[in-house]
Amino acid sequence: METKIRGRAIFILIVVVICILGIIGFPKNLQELKDNVHNRIHLGLDLQGGTDQILQVQVEDAVNITAGEALDRMKDELKAKNVPYADIQSDDDKTRNPPIHRIVIKGVPQERSADLQALATDQFSDWDLVRVPGDVTARELVLKTSSAATIRNQALVQAMETIRRRIDALGVAEPTIAEYGQQGDFELVVQLPGVDDPTRVKDIMQSTALLELKLVQDGPYPSREAALSAHGGVLPPDTELIPGTNEQNKNEVWYVLNHIAAVTGRDLTGADVSHDQAGRPDVDFTLNREGAERFGRVTGANIGKQLAIVLDNRVFSAPEIHGQITDRGQISGGNFTPQSASDLALVLRSGALPASIKTLSDETVGPSLGADSIRHGVIASIVGLVAVMGFMLVYYRGSGINADVALSLNLLILVAAMAWIGATLTLPGIAGVILTVGMGVDSNVLIFERIREELRLGKAVGAAVAAGFEQAFRTIIDTHVTTVVSAAILFAFGTGPIRGFAVTLTIGLLANLFTSVFVSRVIFDYELTRRERGAALSI
Amino acid sequence: MEFFHEPKIDWMAIKWYFIALSLALALTGIISMVVHRGLAYGIDFRGGTLVDVKFSQPPNIDSIRHELDRAGLRNEQIQGLGPASDHAVIIGLDLQTTTSSSALDTGKQVIVTSLSNLYGKGPEGKTDFNNASPQTVADHLMAEDPLGLAVKGLDTTTKTYRDLANAMVNYRNSPPRSGLLADLNELRNVPGVTPSVISGLAKDFYLSSYAITNTQIVGPKVGSDLRRQAVYVTLAGLGAMLVYIWFRFELIYGVAAVVATFHDVIITLGFFSLLNKEITLTVIAALLTLVGYSMNDTIVVFDRIRENVHATKRGDFTKLVDHSINQTLSRTILTSGLTFLAVLSLFLFGGEVIHGFAFCLVVGVIIGTYSSIFIASPIVVYFYQRLSRSGVSARVKVA
Repeated sequence: METKIRGRAIFILIVVVICILGIIGFPKNLQELKDNVHNRIHLGLDLQGGTDQILQVQVEDAVNITAGEALDRMKDELKAKNVPYADIQSDDDKTRNPPIHRIVIKGVPQERSADLQALATDQFSDWDLVRVPGDVTARELVLKTSSAATIRNQALVQAMETIRRRIDALGVAEPTIAEYGQQGDFELVVQLPGVDDPTRVKDIMQSTALLELKLVQDGPYPSREAALSAHGGVLPPDTELIPGTNEQNKNEVWYVLNHIAAVTGRDLTGADVSHDQAGRPDVDFTLNREGAERFGRVTGANIGKQLAIVLDNRVFSAPEIHGQITDRGQISGGNFTPQSASDLALVLRSGALPASIKTLSDETVGPSLGADSIRHGVIASIVGLVAVMGFMLVYYRGSGINADVALSLNLLILVAAMAWIGATLTLPGIAGVILTVGMGVDSNVLIFERIREELRLGKAVGAAVAAGFEQAFRTIIDTHVTTVVSAAILFAFGTGPIRGFAVTLTIGLLANLFTSVFVSRVIFDYELTRRERGAALSI
Repeated sequence: MEFFHEPKIDWMAIKWYFIALSLALALTGIISMVVHRGLAYGIDFRGGTLVDVKFSQPPNIDSIRHELDRAGLRNEQIQGLGPASDHAVIIGLDLQTTTSSSALDTGKQVIVTSLSNLYGKGPEGKTDFNNASPQTVADHLMAEDPLGLAVKGLDTTTKTYRDLANAMVNYRNSPPRSGLLADLNELRNVPGVTPSVISGLAKDFYLSSYAITNTQIVGPKVGSDLRRQAVYVTLAGLGAMLVYIWFRFELIYGVAAVVATFHDVIITLGFFSLLNKEITLTVIAALLTLVGYSMNDTIVVFDRIRENVHATKRGDFTKLVDHSINQTLSRTILTSGLTFLAVLSLFLFGGEVIHGFAFCLVVGVIIGTYSSIFIASPIVVYFYQRLSRSGVSARVKVA
């Protein structure tokens, strides 16, 4: 009997030691102990402060870009292959979800339709070429559903990676960037602990940062209408109208630019802040070999003309080309501050987002509120625990010690397990802890009341304890399994906060089965072996 | 010590008074919900914008309202937050105001700008210490190097200033300051801060007279998703519990337990509606806790009934249920009392953020205990009375 108890006691001791080490590690001094605890117990944003955003990647942007490129490519190919056509334009059905992308080509002579078919099969494998009912000379290129789905998913993954790169570059510690919601929602959750300028971080995260360098045909014009009327209402082929800002008077101006960019952000190998002769901040960029070659060709052939630096479809500035530029360039003007210049360099370095980002929700908890919540929570928990434990001692006397040991150990295991699996403690998580404490107390009360009942029936102390544990165990199993089952459902189908509740509750209840049934029993058995035969149990 | 010694209360004889009370409570709650046109959902479910602001002086709510109106906001709600001595307000905008423009955070921007117009911006190029993170403070200290540590090498310097910055920000965040310093010289109380550190800080930082402690912006989609999810997940959880109890007891026990738990949720929500308290995400967490607690309590009573059915082969089922409740009464009162003590401590000392949460549990623990006796047990009794009239006696699976 005694060796059995000793074996069990040693097992419990090992569990306690592992749990304590799991929380505090092997600290050499007090400071290290503090750091270890701090590093291992992850506090949720509601407790430590920070921002929590749910973003939606507008993946349709990426599909639109692909469709636009396909249209341009098709025009070029038709020209190159000498296939005549009357008209080619995109005809997207955006009322459908997801939208359908089509390119309608009209007026292709019937004898050339085979060439068009061959072209589509060879070079537009993501598209289906179909006939248009009632028009033998017309064909429709329809983007395959599967291809569109791939583009959308890739856009989501790319956006996630780009945002991650940008946040890492900002040096935010322990960010969380993950998919959120259901498949097809294209949502991301971004959690950044302890950020003190959430607006700036948000701008950096969400700026598309699509950089294009395009030759200026003419402009600037004071308005879109002025630009159009200068060309008789119709823009020259392969050009487009892009707005910008006049640096002097901040008015909106419009430029007519080449549609095809000389260089885009994809050709960049780096970007950094530097200063111009006057000491104002600007952004230097370097190009890869292919980009440098193209840039050299375009700048060399267009000396004296203006080159527009277009950022996210706005002309940032339009300096004059003074000479051939190859592998490095400069973005200046635009009223840079040191911060805005370094932010721009950062987003250019991290690459463009494949699609724009929409914020669905945004929660920022200030550090003082988080600290306040923790302080209040800790005070309230300690007051509650002390009251409960004190009461158990008064009500059950000696056996109250069992209950208090079991309860303390339960909380210790819970904290250690959370540290071990890296779970985050949030306010709803604390709710799970409270239910754990409630059910932990309940388990002890159930057992003790049962032992008292058995004693009243006249059983000997040892038999009463055994019967009490045995009878109460069935009840405890039923209550715990029921709650764990529902916690499993909450975990499987819930998100964020609801999951936090489910995790702490499940761990807490499993720990409680161990402490209130096993540990408490060992303590009882130990007392029983030490006491004199016939002495009363302190319960 | 012992509260009860084998009480002999005929619970089932007095059940109708309590069922009537339950109906009255539930009905009052439902009427209140109808009158209030549904529950008052918090921003996290309804969508909208919330900005919590703490001031160093008692804020003038009228002037804030005036400034916001001037900036073009409509229907903003401004309320005091916590005790008046906290000088804290909460500014809320509902979804219509927020989504009038395409950007979700327009409303927040307007509030931030208006506050800074009212309470003064800092000098150009200076950072607000009251809203700065330890990292920012450490960066500035590194740049200024007020302790002249550069000679000691980069590692020592970085570590010293990082620790110092942490200590200063912790000091700022801890009560009674709670995030707002009135004077940088207050930092002298932080160990390791010398006058040169403070004068170094003064070059880069100023102190605003308010701090934004919390902002929350929720778009329409997230809000409705969350609301739907909370309901579905809770129902699924209840369903799973029903199946487990069915498996361990009998179907009617599962039904009775679920009805009792549902009763608790309805009445608790009724209290929220009557007192016009908002249902937020933390309240949902509390409701889930309540579901777990109420279920636990009911199963303990059922378990005793099951045991007694096995022990006494025949006899009056109603008496047996009464006896089972009496046998477990001591445990019921103890557990509920202790849990109540714990959540009451949360309610009293837990602070503003978990106030709604704690309130839900204070109500829930009482209702959850009561419903095991007066809702769940009578349903089982009623069911077997009907059956026994048709000649079948109560039975439970052997556990």
